[in-house]
Amino acid sequence: MNTPLRRVGLAMLGMIILLLANATYIQIIKADDYREDPRNQRVLLEEYSRERGKILARGANNQAQMLATVLPTNDRLRYLRQYTAGPTFAPVTGFYSVRYGAGGLERAEDEILNGSDDRLFVRRLSDLITGRDPRGGNIELTINPAAQTAAYDAMAKAGFAGSVVALNPKTGEILAMVSTPSYDPNTLSAHDGAAQEKAWKDYNADKRKPMLNRAISETYAPGSTFKLVIAAAALEDGKSKEDQVTSTDRLQVGGSELRNYNRGFCNGTPNGVTMEVALSLSCNTAFAQLAGDLGPGKVSEQAAAFGIGESDLAVPMRVEQSCIGPSTACMSVGDKAALMQTGIGQRDVRLSPLQNAQIVATIANGGERMRPQLVKSVLAPDLSEISRLDTDSLGRAMSRDAAGQLRDMMVASEAKTGGDGKRDGLTIASKTGTAETGNDPKNTPPFAWYVAFAPADDPKIAIAVVVESQDVAATGGKLSAAIGRATIAAALGGG
Amino acid sequence: MGSPVQGAGGPAAGQSSAGTDAAAAPTRRGTELLLLGFAAFVVSAALMLVEANQEQQLTLRIFWYGLAFLGLFGVAHVAVRRFAPYADPLILPCVALLNGLGLVMIYRIDLAMTEKALRAGREINNDVPKQILWTTVALALFLAVLIVVKDHRTLTKYSYTFGLVGLVLLALPAFLPSVIAPTINGAKIWLKAGPFSLQPGEFAKILLLVFFAAFLVSKRDLFMAAGRRVLGVDLPRARDLGPVVFAWAVSLGVLVFQKDLGTSLLFFGTILVMLYVATERAVWVVLGLTLFVGGAIVAYNLFTHVQQRVANWFDPLATYADAGGGYQIAQALFGLGTGGVGGTGLGAGRPELVPLANTDFIAAAIGEELGFIGLAALLLVYTVLALRGMRSALAVRDTFGKLLGGGLSFLLIMQVFVVVGGVTKLIPMTGITAPFLSYGGSSLLANYVLIALLLRISDAARRPQTGARPRPVPQAPIAEAHTVMVERPT
Repeated sequence: MNTPLRRVGLAMLGMIILLLANATYIQIIKADDYREDPRNQRVLLEEYSRERGKILARGANNQAQMLATVLPTNDRLRYLRQYTAGPTFAPVTGFYSVRYGAGGLERAEDEILNGSDDRLFVRRLSDLITGRDPRGGNIELTINPAAQTAAYDAMAKAGFAGSVVALNPKTGEILAMVSTPSYDPNTLSAHDGAAQEKAWKDYNADKRKPMLNRAISETYAPGSTFKLVIAAAALEDGKSKEDQVTSTDRLQVGGSELRNYNRGFCNGTPNGVTMEVALSLSCNTAFAQLAGDLGPGKVSEQAAAFGIGESDLAVPMRVEQSCIGPSTACMSVGDKAALMQTGIGQRDVRLSPLQNAQIVATIANGGERMRPQLVKSVLAPDLSEISRLDTDSLGRAMSRDAAGQLRDMMVASEAKTGGDGKRDGLTIASKTGTAETGNDPKNTPPFAWYVAFAPADDPKIAIAVVVESQDVAATGGKLSAAIGRATIAAALGGG
Repeated sequence: MGSPVQGAGGPAAGQSSAGTDAAAAPTRRGTELLLLGFAAFVVSAALMLVEANQEQQLTLRIFWYGLAFLGLFGVAHVAVRRFAPYADPLILPCVALLNGLGLVMIYRIDLAMTEKALRAGREINNDVPKQILWTTVALALFLAVLIVVKDHRTLTKYSYTFGLVGLVLLALPAFLPSVIAPTINGAKIWLKAGPFSLQPGEFAKILLLVFFAAFLVSKRDLFMAAGRRVLGVDLPRARDLGPVVFAWAVSLGVLVFQKDLGTSLLFFGTILVMLYVATERAVWVVLGLTLFVGGAIVAYNLFTHVQQRVANWFDPLATYADAGGGYQIAQALFGLGTGGVGGTGLGAGRPELVPLANTDFIAAAIGEELGFIGLAALLLVYTVLALRGMRSALAVRDTFGKLLGGGLSFLLIMQVFVVVGGVTKLIPMTGITAPFLSYGGSSLLANYVLIALLLRISDAARRPQTGARPRPVPQAPIAEAHTVMVERPT
């Protein structure tokens, strides 16, 4: 009877091997499918019940300021995501909602924050052994809280819709990223499902689009601020700031006339002006003519050197592509008429506020463009550093000499720009812009731009301000300059 | 694949020769105690992990629980030392480990369910105190069997009684009014009186197994008689088909009247294997499988719940949202997938999302929290347990012991195969408990009886021969035996 018993023993082993093989298939080969099945609540519950990492920024005296933290709760989700000064920092932090997922940085750096990133693996392992709950890693931002707060307060107090982006020109660190009107991410992270839903619906129904991050997800016609790109192209083409350009009061462009803002000659003279004067007075005819003379190739080349047309930039949130041509042909300008209109930042030119800030930052940095970045360092749950920002040069957009000349032109421009907030002893280099929008530009409130960097001789901050003004007669100088200067003051005062 | 069995056979052969020099044979009870200590250590460690992950704190209580556990099995160990001193030293520690891990898992699921109930503002009864009580009762029953059954061969005397009682127990719930035999989870297999419920079928399995072992041994010659030869295969005579047809009819009856696929499959499979072992003729297996397939096809066409099970098996995700659909299996698969190789860690997963997590689906809970590694380790503990039983069956000298030991060992693995295979979508889900792991008193009691019988057989196998008892003549190889017994039908 032993032979059949042995065979039955073999059969038993065979059954176990079948079970093991099947378990291997289910738990190893098919595991990811089952884990990621949308009907599997485990991962979600696990993620929400884990102590999510903090988002912080360092202000004056290197003092850490918490932008997003968690509060332990007694309910199923165990931790409530909390944002200090939610609306101010919302474009930076994004939101984290049980029902609606994550947005902004919360989504872009989700793996670090929820602790599943591979760089946290060793720590997770030790947590497993010590039985401690795994926690997420922390993100330290490049944001200067003082500058961010000053910019947001200035925009919000005036009731403006728009954006402020500030960069450190030498490193590409994003010092401020404001979008108004804003939303409060605390309402979306609330554990009360009904409150969450109401907030989400209200924000999405709001015509002013509070959840749109205008700094990186919206593009605006740059208006006269685009003259910096044309000036850079001209300087690179061998011109100097002292070279004469036309000062005519009108140019025939295609079927219509292109005129200066004051409808007269540039600087009151028909005999031509230096490029410096033309920029400081923002003469349209001079730059339309310059653009036309340079030709589409050089204009497009210079724009690309400043980063326009880049479609894969992430800071780590994706940045909307900026274009000088229509959306179907981002970097190509049509005929000569289109080129001349492009020269003054109209027609199809659309820049994100971050892109425009990059342009001034590049000029401030002597022509070398630095990759804009928002994450200064990734910290483990115990605050030990995992990785640190690596400054990354994206190449030279213009020569150091040309950048110096352009800086001087911008200093002259600032001298001609009105508005509040000027400070003695601080030299700002700037350019304003008032971009016409819509099909009936004369009766549609323009976009008011102010791009600047300071101090002019040793730039520490480069900034772009755009205001979707409500006033038809608004100009960049009046509205945006004051906000830009307040932000600069806050950044420099604190730093 | 062949080597482990040969390995199991090898030492067995060695032992029978060792058996000749009487008292020198080691009892290996020290090994058993050491392994029991190890099992207690593993179980305490598991409990510690659950506490650490769930309550975020460790108390001295765990130490006492560990000691109590060791104490409980210490009693069993002393009883084995006293009443079956030569029993296999691995069987009891394997059982202790499985039982202990089961308790930890049930406790862990209790914690999750309590939390869930608290949030919903309800109160629920925890299962783990009941299971601890059942464990104690089961160990007492284990002792009783060890003490009462001094020699497993005495069981043959009562084989027909066992058979009859087993049949009655199996059939009882189907014929009793639903006041005392309610239909739970679609199956009518429970007897309920107040807070206590029993599944008489669990005990019936073992009783019927004992009966069949005794019956097959006494009528063995008959089954080995060759019938007509068809295509080079010796068919059994028609009148000898009785036992197979009987087993088939009983399991079909269970299926039809009680809607209990699992027990039906278990019963039929075990009887088939015992028939094969007794006659050494594979034709019985072929015949049985044919009957099984036939029965399965008929059942599939007749019963919608069978069709539903099969549909859930093919693609539980497709029938996820249906009533009685694949939700449960899908949840088990989600749990297993989430656990992956290493698992989420004991107490850190969400096994309570799977309905019946502490009974039929406890393997999914273990696979989720301990991962593939844990599940594989668990299956290997079962394998060790069953192969030690099989080894005892090989080594024991009497045919009844061989047949019973083989049948019991196979029954154990068959249970594991049916329930783990069902949970992991290898075969359609049939709803039986995992031996020693799952919550449920009947299954625990019955399986402890099974273990007591296995220990008794292994004790007989390893016990040194005293001079008084003549050494039995070695079994004649079956191949020779049936040449002697040839009988042609008239």
